[in-house]
Amino acid sequence: MKRAASPLYVAAILALCLPAAVSAQSWSDQAVDPAADHPEVPVSYEDDGRYYSEDDSPTFNIGDDGTVDWLTFSGFRRYHSECHVCHGPDGEGSSYAPRIKNSAVNMDYYAFVDTVVNGRQNGNSVMPHFGDNKNVMCYLDDIYVYLKARGMEAVPRGRPAKKATKSDLIAETENACMG
Amino acid sequence: MKKLFALTSGIALCAGMAAANEDLSKMMEDPGQWVIQTGDYKNQRYSKLDQINKDNVGDMQVAWTFSTGVLRGHEGSPLVIGDTMYLHTPFPNIVYALDLANDGKIKWKYEPKQDPEVIPVMCCDTVNRGVAYADGKIFLHQADTTVVALNAETGAVEWSVANGDASKGETNTATVMPVKDKILVGISGGEFGVRGSLTAYNISDGSLAWRAYSMGPDSDILMDPENTMNLGKPVGENSGTNTWEGDQWMIGGGTTWGWYSYDPELNLVYYGTGNPSTWNPAQRPGDNRWSMTIMARDADTGMAKWVYQMTPHDEWDYDGVNEMILTEQTIDGQERKLLTHFDRNGLGYTLDRVTGELLVAEKFDPAVNWTTGVVMDKESPEYGRPQVVAQYSTEQNGEDVNSTGICPAALGSKDQQPAAYSPNTELFYVPTNHVCMDYEPFRVSYTAGQPYVGATLAMYPAPESHGGMGNFIAWDGKKGEIKWSIPEQFSVWSGALATAGDVVFYGTLEGYLKAVDANTGDLLYKFKTPSGIIGNVMTYTYDDQQFVGILSGVGGWAGIGLAAGLANPNDGLGAVGGYAALSDYTALGGQLTVFKLPN
Repeated sequence: MKRAASPLYVAAILALCLPAAVSAQSWSDQAVDPAADHPEVPVSYEDDGRYYSEDDSPTFNIGDDGTVDWLTFSGFRRYHSECHVCHGPDGEGSSYAPRIKNSAVNMDYYAFVDTVVNGRQNGNSVMPHFGDNKNVMCYLDDIYVYLKARGMEAVPRGRPAKKATKSDLIAETENACMG
Repeated sequence: MKKLFALTSGIALCAGMAAANEDLSKMMEDPGQWVIQTGDYKNQRYSKLDQINKDNVGDMQVAWTFSTGVLRGHEGSPLVIGDTMYLHTPFPNIVYALDLANDGKIKWKYEPKQDPEVIPVMCCDTVNRGVAYADGKIFLHQADTTVVALNAETGAVEWSVANGDASKGETNTATVMPVKDKILVGISGGEFGVRGSLTAYNISDGSLAWRAYSMGPDSDILMDPENTMNLGKPVGENSGTNTWEGDQWMIGGGTTWGWYSYDPELNLVYYGTGNPSTWNPAQRPGDNRWSMTIMARDADTGMAKWVYQMTPHDEWDYDGVNEMILTEQTIDGQERKLLTHFDRNGLGYTLDRVTGELLVAEKFDPAVNWTTGVVMDKESPEYGRPQVVAQYSTEQNGEDVNSTGICPAALGSKDQQPAAYSPNTELFYVPTNHVCMDYEPFRVSYTAGQPYVGATLAMYPAPESHGGMGNFIAWDGKKGEIKWSIPEQFSVWSGALATAGDVVFYGTLEGYLKAVDANTGDLLYKFKTPSGIIGNVMTYTYDDQQFVGILSGVGGWAGIGLAAGLANPNDGLGAVGGYAALSDYTALGGQLTVFKLPN
């Protein structure tokens, strides 16, 4: 006679598995299915050129003609200045660092921010902390929404062909941050 | 003083310092050993061994292998000193001494303790280009810039010194070069605003002998305003500050992470300096001297004899650190001491290494388009300067403008992967990249220990060519001409080896070790090793048998940029992803493969 697993036993197994399931490795290794339900992705509202999902995390906005919002374009530029030397072109990962275009979808906004600000270490795989780097911190949302768009395959590899103009709010925020 | 000492106690000298490196020079002449990463002081990477030659190399087989236990980009090569092979790894920079008399049994292993925080400060992988040997010591230059002298017999630490500060982004990937009683040590971190320098430490105890910065006041850069020459003219006062705005030279870059060569007769050391920080040229007006410069310095004092800046005011990240290969060749009926250098900027330079006179500057990849060439007319005010094509000038196009179709890409027509030279054929064998880019500079702010880049770039195979990302070429340095060129699917990121057997060896990113005919380039042998090759081919003998060794382990800039393949945004959506992805061919590894002929 087969013994049915007790609910308590199942819960314990789940609890054991959870920490492993949220390791940096699995964020990047876990494939993204763009067709699946991703509540953090669809635009819920706009604030002068910045787009947010229903849970108030920044997200990308791609027009019908492929025009990307300014933050997604800016994120492309900043990513390929600050991040690609480890994570490879277009968030695709490399022989050195994980495929973070998947991470940007698989981890929530706050976990993403925490990793960039404080860094992360997994053996000899080390993500530096960028908390005191204006070139990253002033463009954190930009990089995040760009990678999220890449992870969802909402923008192709390479430089976005068409972009929205930079809004006054975005310009003011950038200038205030960069000083 | 030294002479007197030598006269009075010649026997005692044999155990002393000067003798130690006379030993090293003599050991370089023994083709049975591989005593320095560059093969010899001339950086020719040429071996007189001919047991393996163009007629029998096709029969070559694997003799033995060794796993390094580290899965990262493996650059450089092992050394062979007597019966011992010394093998290094990427971070954590383990050193193994392997007993060749005992099937490669591990005689000793040294593993330094380094703060992993150094890992992410190393732009483009935690590679290391190998250990050096002199005076019974093995010199390891760790990622965190610690230089360690190990007893070659036991692996015991004899001394160690910190050359830089990793918390400021100062790191190391290069080997060191022993010269007489000193070792010469460089530094990395151009993407972190590090001010580059070459430093000499005394072999006996690791004490500092001299340090020459790439930019800064005359006393820092060890240049004599009247006697240090630049294309036949004195450099003048403040040459390391007067082409910079304000104190920008303090975070000026010009790092020294390449290879060094040495001419014992002239007592001059040759090396190149890297890009000026940042990658946004608009933020650092001026020529930014002496970044991007070939330096010739006195080995004893560090004082510069001559300098030549190849790419004034860099706009593309064309570091000038690639190796300087020293040859003696006849030009116009006159035997001259030459220096040949294949720069990231795509130009192959030949100079008179005594005076620094520029003799040849020609493109070694026909795709190079950022310049129409270098002005060779000595009367011209532009003498020695590359003429920049406005369309590809990221300075002239300005901040926040995407300059497209620039060849070569930032990784250069050739990176650090060293070329070889055969005195038999008088040809240079050059591993090259065939990659172009779009480059858009923008404003960045400087924070110590943080990346200071300021440009975004997209790379893709050279358009309207064979579609591959590399070539392996034979180059005539006197004429400045390509003799033959082998197209490769990926950048060739492995150091070449030429031998008296008229064979040239190199590795590919897919993992092949290839042997080609030195005269024709015909493929004679290939073998697929476990991982992509970014190491340098070396050779040695044991028990009168010739062996060829190569490290596998994909990584470095190549492993980062090419892992997922390249896409050309200018080709339109259809072609995106259409290029080969390196990850379809190879995976991480860390292995030495040693070849020989069948018994």
